[in-house]
Amino acid sequence: MSHDHDHTEPPSDLELRVKALESLLLEKGLVNPDALNTIIETYEHKVGPRNGAHVVAKAWTDPAFKQALLTDASSAVADLGYMGRQGEHLTVVENTASVHNLVVCTLCSCYPWTMLGLPPVWYKSAPYRARAVSEPRSVLAEFGTALPESTDIQVWDSTSEMRYLVLPMQPAETEDWNEAQLQALVSRNSMIGVELARPATALDQVDNDS
Amino acid sequence: MRTFPGQPLEQDEPVFRDPWEAQAFSLVIALHRKGAFSWDEWAAALSESISAAQKAGDPDTGETYYQHWLAALEKLTVSKGLSAPEEMAARKESWRQAYLATPHGQPIELGSG
Repeated sequence: MSHDHDHTEPPSDLELRVKALESLLLEKGLVNPDALNTIIETYEHKVGPRNGAHVVAKAWTDPAFKQALLTDASSAVADLGYMGRQGEHLTVVENTASVHNLVVCTLCSCYPWTMLGLPPVWYKSAPYRARAVSEPRSVLAEFGTALPESTDIQVWDSTSEMRYLVLPMQPAETEDWNEAQLQALVSRNSMIGVELARPATALDQVDNDS
Repeated sequence: MRTFPGQPLEQDEPVFRDPWEAQAFSLVIALHRKGAFSWDEWAAALSESISAAQKAGDPDTGETYYQHWLAALEKLTVSKGLSAPEEMAARKESWRQAYLATPHGQPIELGSG
């Protein structure tokens, strides 16, 4: 194609479809540009797994909060200022020595956004959505997570109304750590349940990496 | 075979890979907040669009997620009477023409085509 400055090359079909719909909805007053920008800004920069890590670390250090979280997670996290905007309920499921929890959305990609931000690509993929249910142990293995044969794996299928967050087991030798130190050990993947929380020895590495 | 290839470090992973993904995302959230549809209706539309794409041969590895998202949004706005297929097609064509009619480097505006 010759390089022609008399016109601008139109973007892809997908981009044109979004532009078309967006401009129509703006014209009809069904959405407004400031609201759209705020939403994008929020999800790109403000909502992310740090929220969930905060909640998990608090649960590890504050037994009353942990109890409240396991009883009614939506209210417990709302008390910390984390409110779901899609009217969804949140359930926190606790990993123990005998039960390991894994979260999936088999139909689409329901996910605890308020706690973790938007889901990673693999969470939205058909193989994960199917295999998390049919062969959770081998999915865990692909994430490098090996559990004793005696550990039961419980799989939670999220819906538009119910989202799940895993409360990972607190890593060994962190009993005297404070909440801020513990937060660094709580990865996004550990709150989906595909991995465990990072070991105590990881904190030095985290410091070095950041 | 690794089924979940290249699981990136969470810190490095962009939330949206293209601006259009962010636009499509924000339209759904904004319409829902305005009460245009319930989140349940949205989840149903999205899972329908995902399963339709799978049936049409999309391996659905998560890379095409926002394509499903956009298709679901288009369908849901039509079924809710907020847009019509002809209207969207015509507007898309207007945008395409606007690009073609605008000299390179200048802002694209509708109606210049």
